[in-house]
Amino acid sequence: MSEQTHAESSTDTDVVLEDTSNHDQIAIETSGEVGEVLLELDHVTLRFGGVVALNDVNFQIRRGEILGLIGPNGAGKTTAFNAMTGVYTPTEGAIRFKGKEIAGIKPHTINHLGIARTFQNIRLFPEMSAMENVMVGCDARHKTSVVGVLFRTYRVRPSEEELPESGIRRSLAKVFGISRHTLEERAGRRRSMELLRFVGIADRAHELARNLPYGYQRRLEIARALATEPELICLDEPAAGFNPAEKEDLMGLIRRIRDLGHTVLVIEHDMKLVLGVTDRIVVLEFGQKIAEGSPEEVARNPKVIAAYLGEPDDAA
Amino acid sequence: MSQITDAYRGLKLGERWDHAPKPVRWFVMLLVVAFAFYLPYLNILPFAYIRTDLTSSGSDWASVLFLIVVYMIVAVGLNVVIGLAGLLDLGYVGFYALGAYSIALFGSTNSPVVEAMQSKFGLSEEWAVPFVVCIPIAITMSLIAGVFLGAPTLRLRGDYLAIVTLGFGEIIRITARNLDGVTNGAAGITQVPVPPGPESDGRAFFNTIDAERWYWLALAILILIIFLARRLENSRVGRAWLAIREDEDAASVMGVAGFKFKLWAFAIGATLGGLAGLLFGSKQQYVEPNAFMVQLSFLFVAMVVIGGSGNIYGALTGAFLLTYLPERFRDLVDWRPFAFGVALVLVMILRPQGLVPSRRRAREFDDRREEAKEAAADV
Ligand SMILES: Nc1ncnc2c1ncn2[C@@H]1O[C@H](COP(=O)(O)OP(=O)(O)OP(=O)(O)O)[C@@H](O)[C@H]1O
Ligand SMILES: [Mg+2]
Repeated sequence: MSEQTHAESSTDTDVVLEDTSNHDQIAIETSGEVGEVLLELDHVTLRFGGVVALNDVNFQIRRGEILGLIGPNGAGKTTAFNAMTGVYTPTEGAIRFKGKEIAGIKPHTINHLGIARTFQNIRLFPEMSAMENVMVGCDARHKTSVVGVLFRTYRVRPSEEELPESGIRRSLAKVFGISRHTLEERAGRRRSMELLRFVGIADRAHELARNLPYGYQRRLEIARALATEPELICLDEPAAGFNPAEKEDLMGLIRRIRDLGHTVLVIEHDMKLVLGVTDRIVVLEFGQKIAEGSPEEVARNPKVIAAYLGEPDDAA
Repeated sequence: MSQITDAYRGLKLGERWDHAPKPVRWFVMLLVVAFAFYLPYLNILPFAYIRTDLTSSGSDWASVLFLIVVYMIVAVGLNVVIGLAGLLDLGYVGFYALGAYSIALFGSTNSPVVEAMQSKFGLSEEWAVPFVVCIPIAITMSLIAGVFLGAPTLRLRGDYLAIVTLGFGEIIRITARNLDGVTNGAAGITQVPVPPGPESDGRAFFNTIDAERWYWLALAILILIIFLARRLENSRVGRAWLAIREDEDAASVMGVAGFKFKLWAFAIGATLGGLAGLLFGSKQQYVEPNAFMVQLSFLFVAMVVIGGSGNIYGALTGAFLLTYLPERFRDLVDWRPFAFGVALVLVMILRPQGLVPSRRRAREFDDRREEAKEAAADV
């Protein structure tokens, strides 16, 4: 597919997170103002039979912030993600994204509206290369239909740099245009590569996802989610299983994601870590919100301290 | 040169093919196509031994070639459904029958539908819908059938879908048999039209004797279909199918409209099935319900699975073997079901991913084997 060499692939243990990507190509356009309410959970309750996974939870995510969602095991953090991304429908209450009710809408539609996520237990497409995984994300924003793919019916007048170099092809492209399919594939490949660079795993772009080391897989999930150009990206324990240095790297990555124009919601177990990177924090326990506020406020909150006391800090 | 050969050594055939320079690939493909078109005339020993008409009881070589290509079209279509989208369709013969019946019902002067039209619009007894108009009718009918069957059933997963589609295939056949007033019932419809072409010696260009013409027509259509199917595979559509197969829930969270793409796979498969049926019915010039028994569905699935689902060339291989071998060894006709069964079992034991598997699919199978082993070890 590409002439990329794998010569300088790093070993499994020392993952170097260096951002060599071109931000102009991967930054997203946002339509709203920083600070406005982007997503709102309005008295959301979600039951699984007898288990109340979310109990009357209220919180808001504002555009441009990094919001931490923390709480002990089984607090309902992942369930909140599932409710926001359409995997589960809340039993009661409403979830609004940019003012639009999204509870009960299909996951892929919610993705198109602008929410993407990663999974706590990695769920890549193992038989696709890293690049193809990200391409699937890019495809979410592409428009070519099945008919367009088959017959290349939808032609676009290409810009100067998109024209092929050689003579005949160039003149043909000038007269007939280039199919949207071709342009989208090209743009997708370019963007995917930039995103892989952005998360720092471009050296193994053409390896199957299943063969990537664990740390690479976690980052690939983030790249794939970013590829769908979400206004809100939800990261479910992105640093799980990382050593402290890798965690530090990842927090840097989260900040850079925000700088691209995304709003970030992140679940993290490690209190110290989450205090360092987030603007605000929401704390869940037994499905209920027990605290919300700036990292300092939350860290001082007696309820939060009590919830985390006796909780083994396994950071996993 | 030796550097190049060194680089190639150790690569699997498929990978070698991928790494070959473009002109080389074009040249090889051109050779293969030219050879395929030449096949009906193949008469040089020892190659002529592959012909099926060496003995007096053998079947006409060009007709066998035609059937092989028709089944290859079927296999490419079913491969989209089973191999790419991962949907088990056991009623594919239904679409094949629909294609054949579409052209018979609208194109034959013997069909009750055409007779009704003649009397309604005061047309002559000779009149029937022209062949070229029958093609879009057949395609539309199978497409619509695909969508109608798919829309309610594609939300089902796995085994349920297989059972519903199995029922669909039978419903089509039984309906065709019982609707005497529309389809002539078990008697079938004769005088199914053939494609237009220059007449000679008072015979149509596409007649029952010159079977190689039918073969060439079908082959040209097959090549076009392979070309289009490859386009699908290497596009956002192909990636969506793969993503759905690997992890449907993750795919949908990543914005893949699972149902939509599955329905497309079903519709594309149905269309190709219908097209193959149309060719078959037209060449036979006779369509009857018994030609579309449920066994044919199983044969179709076996082609894709034995050949290697997920890989067009695997499906083509499967279609070729399962059509050609029984015809070539017609003398051993009593042993055919037995040999077929043994071959199936052997392939499933020795090479469950199929003879020419897709590389991804082969690995998926290995994974599942490992999982099964681990599960067994845990007990
Ligand atoms: N599909 C389900 N069916 C039944 N119960 C579920 C389901 N999903 C989650 N639960 C329950 O809901 C509660 C909240 O689970 P959830 O996964 O949201 O917790 P969490 O905060 O993400 O925990 P962790 O830190 O372990 O990931 C748990 O008691 C869990 O057992
Ligand atoms: Mg969780």
